[in-house]
Amino acid sequence: MNKLLPILTVVVAIMVVWYAAAVGMNKKWALDQAERAGISLSTGALISDTWSQDRPRLPAPHQVVAELWKSTGGMVIKGKPFSKRSLIFHGWITLSATLAGFVIGTSAGILLAVGIVHNKAMDMSVMPWAIASQTIPILAIAPMIIVVLNSIGVQGLIPKAIISAYLSFFPVVVGMVKGLRSPDHMQLDLLRTYNASGSETFWKLRLPSSMPYLFTSLKIGMAASLVGAIVGELPTGAIRGLGARMLTGSYYGQTIQIWSALFAAAILAATLVGIISLIERRMLKRMGAA
Amino acid sequence: MGWVVFAVAFWLATWFLNAWIARGPHAQTRAAGLLVPVIFGVTVIVVWEALVRGLNVPGVILPPPSAIWVKLVSATDILWEDFVQTFVKGALSGYIIGCGAAFVTAVLIDRSPFLQRGLLPVGNFVAALPIIGTAPILVMWFGFDWQSKSAVVVVMVFFPMLVNTVQGLADTTTMQRDLMHTYSASYAQALVKLRLPAAMPAIFNGLKIATTLALIGAIVAEFFGSPIKGMGFRISTEVGRLGLDMVWAEITVAALAGSAFYGIVAMIEKGVTFWHPSQRS
Repeated sequence: MNKLLPILTVVVAIMVVWYAAAVGMNKKWALDQAERAGISLSTGALISDTWSQDRPRLPAPHQVVAELWKSTGGMVIKGKPFSKRSLIFHGWITLSATLAGFVIGTSAGILLAVGIVHNKAMDMSVMPWAIASQTIPILAIAPMIIVVLNSIGVQGLIPKAIISAYLSFFPVVVGMVKGLRSPDHMQLDLLRTYNASGSETFWKLRLPSSMPYLFTSLKIGMAASLVGAIVGELPTGAIRGLGARMLTGSYYGQTIQIWSALFAAAILAATLVGIISLIERRMLKRMGAA
Repeated sequence: MGWVVFAVAFWLATWFLNAWIARGPHAQTRAAGLLVPVIFGVTVIVVWEALVRGLNVPGVILPPPSAIWVKLVSATDILWEDFVQTFVKGALSGYIIGCGAAFVTAVLIDRSPFLQRGLLPVGNFVAALPIIGTAPILVMWFGFDWQSKSAVVVVMVFFPMLVNTVQGLADTTTMQRDLMHTYSASYAQALVKLRLPAAMPAIFNGLKIATTLALIGAIVAEFFGSPIKGMGFRISTEVGRLGLDMVWAEITVAALAGSAFYGIVAMIEKGVTFWHPSQRS
């Protein structure tokens, strides 16, 4: 509870700065309009104008929240939750690609990690590349994957899922290898004295003790998957998905639309990572680790 | 057909070679540790080349490594121009500003546990968000040139760096702080002589994470609008023209730049935190 007050203070401070910045950044347009109309604005009128423009340079928080509500809850009330103007629709497009890619990427990553831990040659040849790949901006390949797959007729969810998959793949490999290697000599020796086979050691010692590492990398991988799916929506001028909302918003100067898509993405990311943390806490508790 | 058979044979041969080295008596030496991944990398390139030739994969889907190499050599001037635009102007300036600002902020809020308790969860939360989505907004504010890329990079690296620095500054034991106290060290003295050096491993961890983020931010921000140069611009336009050899050449440059950037920061870390257990072997 002693964390709540500081966090609230920081959040309120951010809000205050945001509103002040909105006044500063939108002032010019409001003054121009007033001058053209031949009226002079009082300070109060100026401020209220900067917080309620249609295409502000920086929309005020309440405008973003209103737009978010209008395109999610509002659409549900109107009975059209999956119309093309609804962020639920766009969010679902992005979410489905994210989840598909995440599942593919993490399962492949876990499999490779198991291979690396059990095969010396694989460890020595693949592991340095897996580590090096983390310093490389792999996201740059995204447009190419989209266009190349598009040219051989694969469209829609799969190309985005592939990008999400390889973005979540490498963190999971590196984290899982670390986790599967985390049992120390003493524990491995103990299982040897029990005459445990390789698979028994794996299922009863290595896999359980890798769980904390797995969840850490799952959280990183999930965030990376979402970024991958969003970026995957940019290059072909896609018309569906959160990334597409940002792109069309930036083409047409619809700043409120960009901000609401950004917030939708942020909420999605926070929810997904939150779900994983929740599972982590439950699971580690039942395993007696936390 | 011959190329495909060659690819499979080459794959099997190098795989057995690697397995032999890994099982052999010299597996623990440095040379083996270097040789095995190099053999693996060469294998991937050779198999790629052979399969592309053997299966007649068109160059607009996957160009062979040789074509990429030719492009890399022949288009050096364009690649260099893009590199300067994206890496030096966009990523590097944003990296320095963002990490510097985060460091200063961390030191400033260091005296206030209240602010720390508030900023750390918020920072952790923001660090997990798809910050790359701010790119269209920042491009709109700062224009198409490198300034907007730099701004995206600043936003991307700020929070990971802040969180790491704050955690690093807390990374001293009561005993050590008490010792400073008995020396009657002032706050500034304790900060400079004890807590900043002790924070260095965490700070460098943040700096290393930020290197990759900086390059990603600068490249992706160019997808939202840029002058007619830059790595992200080149990738997105050449993809549209199906000039995939150029795209792969840019990706090679990006990969080299990313690894070199990371490597340089890691080298500085080695020099600064030579006392830390992770650096002593």
